[in-house]
Amino acid sequence: MQIIENSTVYDAIIVGSGAGGGMATKILAEAGLKVAVVEAGPFFDPADPKHQTQLKWPYESPRRGASTRFRPFGDFDAAYGGWDIEGEPYTHVEGTKFDWFRSHMLGGRTNHWGRISLRFGPKDFKHKDVDGYGDNWPIGYEDIKPYYDKLDKLIGVFGTNEGLPNDPDGYFLPPPKPRLHELFYIKGARKSGIPVYPSRMSMLTKRINDERGVCFYCGQCSRACQVYADFSAGTCLIFPAQKSKGQVDLFVNCMVRTVTTDSEGRATGVSYINKEDRREYKLKGKVVVLGASACSSARILLNSKSEQHPNGLGNSSDVVGKYLHDSTGADRAAFIPDLMNRKVSYNEDGVGGMHIYSPWWGDNSKLDFPRGYHLEIWGGMGMPNYGFGFNVNDFNKFFGTKVGGYGDILRSDAKKYYGATMGISSRGESISRKENYCEIDPNVVDEFGIPVLRFHYKWSDLERNQAKHAHDTFEEIIHNMGGEPLGERPGADKNYGLHTPGRIIHEVGTTRMGDNPKTSVVNEFQQLHDVDNVFIVDAGPFVSQADKNCTWTIMALSWRASEHIVEQLKKQNI
Amino acid sequence: MDRRKSIKSIVLGSVAGGLALKGCNTAPEEIEQSVAQANKFYGRTPMERERDEAIASKAFFNDHQRETMVVLCDLILPPSEEFKGASDADVVSFIDFMAFDGEVENENLQTDLRGGLMWLDHTSNDLYEMDFKSATPEQQKAILDKIAYYNPEEPWDERPFEVNFFSIVRNLTMTGFYTSEIGIEELGYKGNQPNVWDGVPEEILAQHGVSYEPEWLAKCVDQSKRNIKAEWDENGNLLT
Repeated sequence: MQIIENSTVYDAIIVGSGAGGGMATKILAEAGLKVAVVEAGPFFDPADPKHQTQLKWPYESPRRGASTRFRPFGDFDAAYGGWDIEGEPYTHVEGTKFDWFRSHMLGGRTNHWGRISLRFGPKDFKHKDVDGYGDNWPIGYEDIKPYYDKLDKLIGVFGTNEGLPNDPDGYFLPPPKPRLHELFYIKGARKSGIPVYPSRMSMLTKRINDERGVCFYCGQCSRACQVYADFSAGTCLIFPAQKSKGQVDLFVNCMVRTVTTDSEGRATGVSYINKEDRREYKLKGKVVVLGASACSSARILLNSKSEQHPNGLGNSSDVVGKYLHDSTGADRAAFIPDLMNRKVSYNEDGVGGMHIYSPWWGDNSKLDFPRGYHLEIWGGMGMPNYGFGFNVNDFNKFFGTKVGGYGDILRSDAKKYYGATMGISSRGESISRKENYCEIDPNVVDEFGIPVLRFHYKWSDLERNQAKHAHDTFEEIIHNMGGEPLGERPGADKNYGLHTPGRIIHEVGTTRMGDNPKTSVVNEFQQLHDVDNVFIVDAGPFVSQADKNCTWTIMALSWRASEHIVEQLKKQNI
Repeated sequence: MDRRKSIKSIVLGSVAGGLALKGCNTAPEEIEQSVAQANKFYGRTPMERERDEAIASKAFFNDHQRETMVVLCDLILPPSEEFKGASDADVVSFIDFMAFDGEVENENLQTDLRGGLMWLDHTSNDLYEMDFKSATPEQQKAILDKIAYYNPEEPWDERPFEVNFFSIVRNLTMTGFYTSEIGIEELGYKGNQPNVWDGVPEEILAQHGVSYEPEWLAKCVDQSKRNIKAEWDENGNLLT
């Protein structure tokens, strides 16, 4: 079948419309450039009633919000996709495991994420100097700080300036007041000397412009906000880009297969499959910007083999796909007797997620793991959903009364325990290692005929020790709160409760940045060492993950790289 | 706000437009059906809608099983002068859907439900020479008393089948009821509507023996200024 070529030559072709691709689209379009955005999934706008799940009631879902293969975080979650997408498999090297979450839609995974928006601190860019593990970034906090500052003001993030050494201050909107269980957590954590601060999340508790609304506290950011009061790349970056002076052509349901190159090895554009007619198309551009996600961009590079790039595009170092690393994660739920018999006279939905958190407080030089974790807190009198009332009176065991039964006692038990459960999650930094990687599986293709990724990922004792420490912390805080930890404490046989790699959905590092082309894929402006007109703006260029969530840093870096692209195009250097 | 009523009036509005052209013979069932369809439409992708419709078009329970389930679920959450019952929320239809859609406690839900219902009838026949649904409420409760309680410290797969069967039905009945409109009303949940969160009420703080610290509150949002655009000084201090 003939490949259909578009005659337009774009200034830039941006692959992916999530945090990184969205930011590049905004900056390049505002500079007046002609850009094509190629997104593998459908168009999505939470202001369109057809796309809305926000403010729906559980009974509007036949499964009452239970999860499905299409929406593993529940039937009302805004993000399409999941760990397992029909027709788009991935594989593993035997004995290793990596769960890969993909969301093909406008805005990508920003439609799902928790909006926890943490800056990396000065130490996070030079952590090898502190403990000898991994590598330093070629840039430091001072290089990225101006972009974090601009980002805070552009997107909006609530939080507080606390003057912490490795959790920098910013331009914050005021945070919401804590909920009841969060007040209990504050007391419990402080008793153990663990600091607690207002959380830092990208919801608008205060107006920032005329285009976006202000949070109305439904607690459903994961369902995408119809007044755009939370951040997602579609609503806050792509839509404004479309209204700017540049030209933005949006190609949805288009899956990029390769970056095309000329006889000198420079990029000429991309080749993609239109999912609707399943035919291959080509777009031409002066610059290609990959923001498909750390692993998807690595896959595109590795699949873009040519005479000039026999090992895949930008892969003369053989580092593409290597150093894959996700945040660590562990969780524990608890029953808090002092939160029983709550009055339901008020609405405590709040913002979608926690109002408080604990940044890493420990001194790793005295611990058996080199990197920290922060604590996320959940609980409250949320909307009943699938699972509400399961094992309704199991907590009777703590009072020596009968468990189970039938009749009106179940009603009073449900009300007695409503809102008396809370939980703590740790999200921490793992060490980036060359031995953890994704590569092309030579034996498997997806339904579009594109060779798929094969993962090789193993945790080390450093991550296991960290998870063990986190579980000690959970139990200590829960006991301080007068609570009972629920479930079994996970032991060595269960990696101390450490989640499978990929599960925290913070995977980074597959196209790491560095000054040395032999040991890194991109330079500090996220430009391939091998090909000067290809840039990567997702989390691939991260040298290390930090004990922070990666989205705010993806966007700050993408902004920085995009300004560099505009500058280089103006100078006609690329 | 009565949400169901408001959806109904919206749909009625559009149906009424059609009525003017077609005359006034639209049956109430048709209107109800439109309401149900509007309720089903909650941001589904075409693939999801296809799957949901395929499941909804099938029935898992046969008539006898369904009637038995109605009796069983109403024993779990009985209707009374004070409360609505499980059947008022049509919990059995929800369980019927879930039998095709999901799994509970990693057991095979379909086999457990079918087998459990047979167990109820076998037991009732042995004891009273009639099936479970035909027995008197006292006789039915006498059977439930043997299977309704469990030791939560004992692992699920070490408990008797009939105890687990009843736990599954109790769990699904509780979820089905308390995620329904009448269940949410009974529970008293006040959220899922636009509002302005300004902290936990004073009386609730007092009830639970906690309080807000003035230093913490000083950092929090002043909701009277939420609509004033944010501006900062060069040190990140909010000015507005």
